[in-house]
Amino acid sequence: MSWRMETACFGEWGHDMPIVSRGFHGRARETRHRLPPGQYETTDFPVLSAGPTPRVNPDEWEFTIRTETGTRHSWNWAEFTALPSQTPTVDLHCVTKWSKFDTEWQGVSLDVLLEDVETSADYALVHSYGDYTTNVPLEDLLDGKAWIAYRYDGEELAPEHGGPARLLVPHLYFWKSAKWVQRIQLLDEDERGFWENIGYHDYGDPWREQRYQGD
Amino acid sequence: MTVTPDFLDGNAAAGDLEALFGTDMTVVSGRCRGCGEQMVLAQTHAYLDGPGMVLRCPGCDRVLLRLVRSPTEMWLDAGGLDYLKIPAPA
Repeated sequence: MSWRMETACFGEWGHDMPIVSRGFHGRARETRHRLPPGQYETTDFPVLSAGPTPRVNPDEWEFTIRTETGTRHSWNWAEFTALPSQTPTVDLHCVTKWSKFDTEWQGVSLDVLLEDVETSADYALVHSYGDYTTNVPLEDLLDGKAWIAYRYDGEELAPEHGGPARLLVPHLYFWKSAKWVQRIQLLDEDERGFWENIGYHDYGDPWREQRYQGD
Repeated sequence: MTVTPDFLDGNAAAGDLEALFGTDMTVVSGRCRGCGEQMVLAQTHAYLDGPGMVLRCPGCDRVLLRLVRSPTEMWLDAGGLDYLKIPAPA
């Protein structure tokens, strides 16, 4: 199944807008409409890290969802990669102001992973191998908006880009798409993550330029 | 799990730290709250290309200090350090 998420889901490029034909100015106009405020387009894939890059052997990899009542749902690598996957093509928007268009991924939708999880939680705190965390409202992980991605551009996801698997939640700034994802804790109350508890925005919508607390 | 080091030394953070503290912080000493290692900030492991600055302990990789600059504010967390010993102004 292939997905195309125009401008990372929510933006001025809504469904009612006409598709811009590629005339003399086509590329410039298209780029402008796909760029959230304050962003510039890059064709590179910058590597941003807040710490050393963990090298997690898939034989040792495990992904866990823990509910607010303590119930655990875990998948090892074989179980995880046997789940039905999708191949979303999405735009990425980093809070350091670069955006990258049409990135191609393969991953398991959070809808699949959360299908048999009984929860009334409203929030998720995503934990990575290493000490990185980030908070996301649970509803932003549902309804086809987020994946645990394990392939990028047709290849295994490289460790510097978050392999063996990372969260992909492209309608929010890219720091929310935690590299080296290890577990998701479901919570009744929001709990800030690594960047959010030192000034970055709790939600991080690039189209509303929610970079810092108070934006 | 193994890890790949991809840091700069703490001297790379000199400019941002001096802007905040008004003195050369690379020669300032501190002690890691996690493993007890004592070091000057120049010896820390600096990660500077992300949304903010992160200095980690050269002994245990624990986060010692984080600094985020927004257009209007600077956010500092030095909770990974027992202390910073800063020379008093002359």
